[in-house]
Amino acid sequence: MKLIILENYSQASEWAAKYIRNRIVQFGPGPGRFFTLGLPTGLPRDHPESYHSFMWNNLFKHIDISPENVHILDGNAPDLQAECDAFEEKIKAAGGIELFVGGIGPDGHIAFNEPGSSLVSRTRVKTLAMDTILANARFFDGDLSKVPTMALTVGVGTVMDAREVMILITGAHKAFALYKAIEDGVNHMWTVSAFQQHPNTVFVCDEDATLELKVKTVKYFKGLMLVHNKLVEPLYSMKETGAEMSQSKKPYSD
Amino acid sequence: MPSNKSVSDAPIVQFTNCRILRDHQLQREDLWVREGKILNPEKLFFDEKGSADVQLDCKNSIIAPGFIDVQINGGFGVDFSLATDDFKSGIDLVSQKILSHGVTSFCPTLVTSPPSVYHQVLPQIGVRNGGAHGAGILGAHLEGPFISKEKKGAHPEHCLRTFEAGAFQDLLATYGSLDCVQIVTLAPEMRRSSEVIRELTKRGICVSLGHSVANLSQAEEAVQHGATFITHLFNAMLPFHHRDPGIVGLLTSDKIPAGRRVFYGMISDGIHTNPAALRIAHRAHPKGLVLVTDAIAGMGLAPGRHTLGQQVVEIDGLNTYIAGTKTLSGSVATMDTCVRHFQEATGCSVETALEAASLHPAQLLGIEHKKGTLDYDSDADFLMLNDNLYVQATYIAGEEVWRQDVSGM
Repeated sequence: MKLIILENYSQASEWAAKYIRNRIVQFGPGPGRFFTLGLPTGLPRDHPESYHSFMWNNLFKHIDISPENVHILDGNAPDLQAECDAFEEKIKAAGGIELFVGGIGPDGHIAFNEPGSSLVSRTRVKTLAMDTILANARFFDGDLSKVPTMALTVGVGTVMDAREVMILITGAHKAFALYKAIEDGVNHMWTVSAFQQHPNTVFVCDEDATLELKVKTVKYFKGLMLVHNKLVEPLYSMKETGAEMSQSKKPYSD
Repeated sequence: MPSNKSVSDAPIVQFTNCRILRDHQLQREDLWVREGKILNPEKLFFDEKGSADVQLDCKNSIIAPGFIDVQINGGFGVDFSLATDDFKSGIDLVSQKILSHGVTSFCPTLVTSPPSVYHQVLPQIGVRNGGAHGAGILGAHLEGPFISKEKKGAHPEHCLRTFEAGAFQDLLATYGSLDCVQIVTLAPEMRRSSEVIRELTKRGICVSLGHSVANLSQAEEAVQHGATFITHLFNAMLPFHHRDPGIVGLLTSDKIPAGRRVFYGMISDGIHTNPAALRIAHRAHPKGLVLVTDAIAGMGLAPGRHTLGQQVVEIDGLNTYIAGTKTLSGSVATMDTCVRHFQEATGCSVETALEAASLHPAQLLGIEHKKGTLDYDSDADFLMLNDNLYVQATYIAGEEVWRQDVSGM
């Protein structure tokens, strides 16, 4: 894995954004050649305003994406399992996920793959753990009874199939989860740990998230920042010509 | 981009690179318009999988809802209180000209006049939507003749009336018809005004207090019966007194029925009200302030003599007096000048200044669900302004109806 440690939330976000941008540009998307970006379902579709609004306000309205190219799991579908299966088919049809970007829960979950989820699971309906319900209460005016208890989620296996995985972890409350994810063994109680077996993972975090890691680990990866920063500098643009693009560095693997 | 709009095939226009006034703040957001209404782009994206047909770069302009002028007596040589043969073309002319001042809807105002004038003129004022032909007409504002002799201001004394005898029937007989009337200004201390106010309010007509010597209790009683507006605060009413604030006291009265708000018109041309008085009113009751022009026929014309109903008025710069006197009679200010002056005099935010001319008049008339805001599904009547609040372009129902000449005319 690559562990990228930035000083704070803003810097971590910016690094991640630049990295994703470079990856998209270097992929050279075009008609028929889609860069498929995978994102975990945030909140269940049952709350019509929340997840779609979140994605609209934070991503879609700022970019020129065509609405037909946006696929969001629909929690209101009549047959939920069929909806999940169809989602898996759509991923296959799009050529697989090029880059999956996600966060980590305080209980170490990726997407809604709560502790105990199979590490080879696919997109399915999941019952949410209490930790997650508590964390999501803020979207429902702090009223626990209003928080949905089930969610549709991509599976751990689904994410493992992505060609690259990027996990964003910021804040001291995530520190223990990060420790369990990268310094302990692969364990279905901390589902993010599954990515230890993925060939191409990037963890982007801030200083606070490293609080439970060994000093040795942190020093090692901080020492690599010079090399890692070459992934975001120079920052590429879609407007560059083909000649410049072919000279650009391909992302290296570890 | 291919668009597959399931709701409508009408073209969708996306105004980008602008700051729009929404939720009382200037926000960096795009404005989407379809079929003359403000469109919700999120619903378009997810539910219809649609996208814009046309994208317009607004060069970082401010986009605000169109101004609504609820007290305008005429302009450009046209006097709404004169029953001329070409009255209709007169009102058309004014409605077209005020587009350049940022006004997209207005209430043509008639000052105190003999009944014959009302009977001839009112049927010729029709409520209609705005467009390239001019600003929309929301309905007439009848200022008088049921007002106080002592506070008649520029209104002709011989036309003043009371409704002591027949209350509402007297009023109806005077005006002839109330079909397209939106606002009536009267003096609440007049006998039987409560019945009249109740009757007018029942018909959805906004009752305004003005040209009156009412004390605070009389004014409060009028509000309890349904009055919701004060015509040009401070002017043509008793001055504020600390033991009887008069009509001005409504701004901070505790006898306003729950859930109701009293609005008050202010002519912020720098002449009708001292800036300090403007600030006092604004600070006492900011959410009720409605900017009005009270413009007269001479607005937009060279200084000199013009009419205001039955009176002759002299214009000298921004001052407009009854000929030969020092009695103020209307103004020649334009709405955008009033907005700028209001913002400068009070030091308020741009958002507040813009809302005083758009949101508040819409709330006064109970039409804020379709006018006065840039909320989704409301009418796409809006303005593009520069940072100094000069109008660059006016849009009604999503169509550009006026644009500032680049040569700077």
